Amino acid sequence: MTVAALPTVALGELLRSMADDEFVIGFSDSEWTGIAPLLEEDVAMSSLAQDEIGHAAALYGLLGELTGTDPDVLAYDRQPDAYRHCRLLDHGRGDWAMTIARRFLYDTADGVRLDALVDGSWTPLAELVGKLTREERYHRMHATLWLDRLARGGDESRSRLVAALITLGPDAATVFTPLPDEATLVDAGVLGAPMVDLEAQWRTAIEPTLTALGLPMPPPGRDRERGRLDHGDAFRWLWTELNTVRRAEPGVTW
Amino acid sequence: MTEATLHTSIARSRAGSGLDLAALDPATVREALGEVLDPELPVVSVVDLGMVERVEVDAAGIRVELLPTFVGCPALDLIRAAVEDRLRVFDRPVEVRFGFRVPWSSDRITPDGRRKLHDAGFAPPGPVRAETTVLLQLDVPVPCPHCGSRRTVLENLFGPTQCRAIYHCTACRQPFEHFKSI
Repeated sequence: MTVAALPTVALGELLRSMADDEFVIGFSDSEWTGIAPLLEEDVAMSSLAQDEIGHAAALYGLLGELTGTDPDVLAYDRQPDAYRHCRLLDHGRGDWAMTIARRFLYDTADGVRLDALVDGSWTPLAELVGKLTREERYHRMHATLWLDRLARGGDESRSRLVAALITLGPDAATVFTPLPDEATLVDAGVLGAPMVDLEAQWRTAIEPTLTALGLPMPPPGRDRERGRLDHGDAFRWLWTELNTVRRAEPGVTW
Repeated sequence: MTEATLHTSIARSRAGSGLDLAALDPATVREALGEVLDPELPVVSVVDLGMVERVEVDAAGIRVELLPTFVGCPALDLIRAAVEDRLRVFDRPVEVRFGFRVPWSSDRITPDGRRKLHDAGFAPPGPVRAETTVLLQLDVPVPCPHCGSRRTVLENLFGPTQCRAIYHCTACRQPFEHFKSI
């Protein structure tokens, strides 16, 4: 068996999609700092945000080494259309049920994606993923506990949760949007399986949890080739928030 | 000053003065790192936490490989600076590198580190269990570091720093923090 050369372009797309996912969900989580429904959740969402932004920084760091670009430039200096996070994360903060539904769908999908990378042939990413996996387990615990609590918490929490899952459902599988030249990543052993296979694994993984709680499974995805493009107004607003300091004081250091 | 610490300090001043360059071995460096405390939990050192993965000493200098406890740990720069500071006494170039070659796990915390955490009122982490059913980990009771009771309840998976969760003891009615099993 011959080992294929490292597919640098596709690898860059993979890193950018993962980094942007973590960056955007991290900033979305941080919107709850100070206003979460419970003090405990104020702490939890702030801590989750810190984790995700840290993961994004590490992934931008790898992408930066690959492309010779400053990670801060990657994180902050792109126009909104150049971000490649998935559409699942483009629905705005919403209410608490929306936040929990988003976290559950994203965390479970991200877990399947990480599992497909942890034994990958590109060591820098495989090593980082080995560490990320341990941290993301706590995120899944948090999301799953809250999914259960809202589903069984009474009429209002349940109906809000169902509404959130119905809103987000069609975009949930955008985490698994096929990457440009993805086959080269699979051939090189960087990514364990094509995204379409990972999506099937993910559906099998979440089905028992959702069914046990009588919650709707995400329907088949729509417009799946463009799942990481066409960011709407919700992201444009978040973008103006997350780079406020960067734009106000270009080049500033802490 | 006891005899033992006197010897240590003589050894240090020799190393510091550059008289004994060849004799510097990794164990001496590790011993020094045992005095570098975690800025967020200043009761345990980077050695207690099992963060020191590799120490190499040669003609080029001292190279230390550390494993971050969390990828996004905001204290990494402080820890790097503290390590460089502590090793300056050896008067050689120091290179501190953070890496993920080995994923840090709370299983790496030494028995000494666990005792220090407990004495400071933190419940030390239990062994990490690799079940895919993530919720199982929550079924393991965490004994209260104040009274030893196992009648404790999880208040929050997340705490004041990334590595800590918050519990409440129903026996002595005290809150306490648990170093996450991760």
